[in-house]
Amino acid sequence: MFDASSNALTVSRSGFTAKSLGGGRRFALQGRKDTLEGVAKAFGLAEAPAMLQSASAGDCTLLRLAPQELFIIAGEAGLPEAVTTYLGTVPNSLVEVSERQVGWTLEGERLRDTLAALSPLDLRTKSFPVGTATRTLFGKADGMLWRTDENSFHLEVWRSFAPYMVAMMDAAALDASW
Amino acid sequence: MLLIRCPYCGERAEVEFSNGGEAHIDRPADPMSLSAEEWAQFLYMRDNPKGLIAERWRHAHGCNRFFNAIRDTRTDRFVVTYEIGQPRPDVTPEQAAEAAR
Ligand SMILES: [Zn+2]
Repeated sequence: MFDASSNALTVSRSGFTAKSLGGGRRFALQGRKDTLEGVAKAFGLAEAPAMLQSASAGDCTLLRLAPQELFIIAGEAGLPEAVTTYLGTVPNSLVEVSERQVGWTLEGERLRDTLAALSPLDLRTKSFPVGTATRTLFGKADGMLWRTDENSFHLEVWRSFAPYMVAMMDAAALDASW
Repeated sequence: MLLIRCPYCGERAEVEFSNGGEAHIDRPADPMSLSAEEWAQFLYMRDNPKGLIAERWRHAHGCNRFFNAIRDTRTDRFVVTYEIGQPRPDVTPEQAAEAAR
């Protein structure tokens, strides 16, 4: 039940739940192709994830949201030293955005119906397979959606959009549960 | 729902995009050598064709990149999208007829 008077940023409906993500740090990295490939190597990966794909390295996940951009989800320790050392040697823009982001783990058997009310993306597995990540619009709010599992998504928005997102997800989940 | 093919993300809903005006307009190399009329021509005057136009678009709520597109202004049908920096592609009569449909 969504309660606008509380600050509980979660949704729990029959067939759909959005649980707040706790902790971790976030980094937005922009650079040329060679730089992103170099970063991937510093993470111990063979190559940077392809466009709209993701890759994990240790407790970090790299999401390729744009040709020149990697969004990095990290643990409390942040980026590995090999990565920051490498980035000190090449032109790039690295910004920590941990305080900007809030997010949820989305689950439930009405997950796709709920998301379909908020986003025009085709979220069938064949067009949005596990591991796919992209920015898109949810209602009027920009968000980043990453499919972590067949029936589980990771959603992040900018902090000020959070009450709006929760209200929208709650209304959509209510509709989808009928 | 109108779909636009971002060269980087593939087909996405129109709401994710913003229009950036006519494409292939080069900023004059030496603005100081231009007359006021020539500068106004660069700044303000556009073709505004009825039919095919090459435009800049930005995947504003996706990868955030600018790209170019050829669109029929009468029907809103897109013929092709292509990366910034590439020349305006040729449109076949068949493509033009399809876009005008
Ligand atoms: Zn795109």
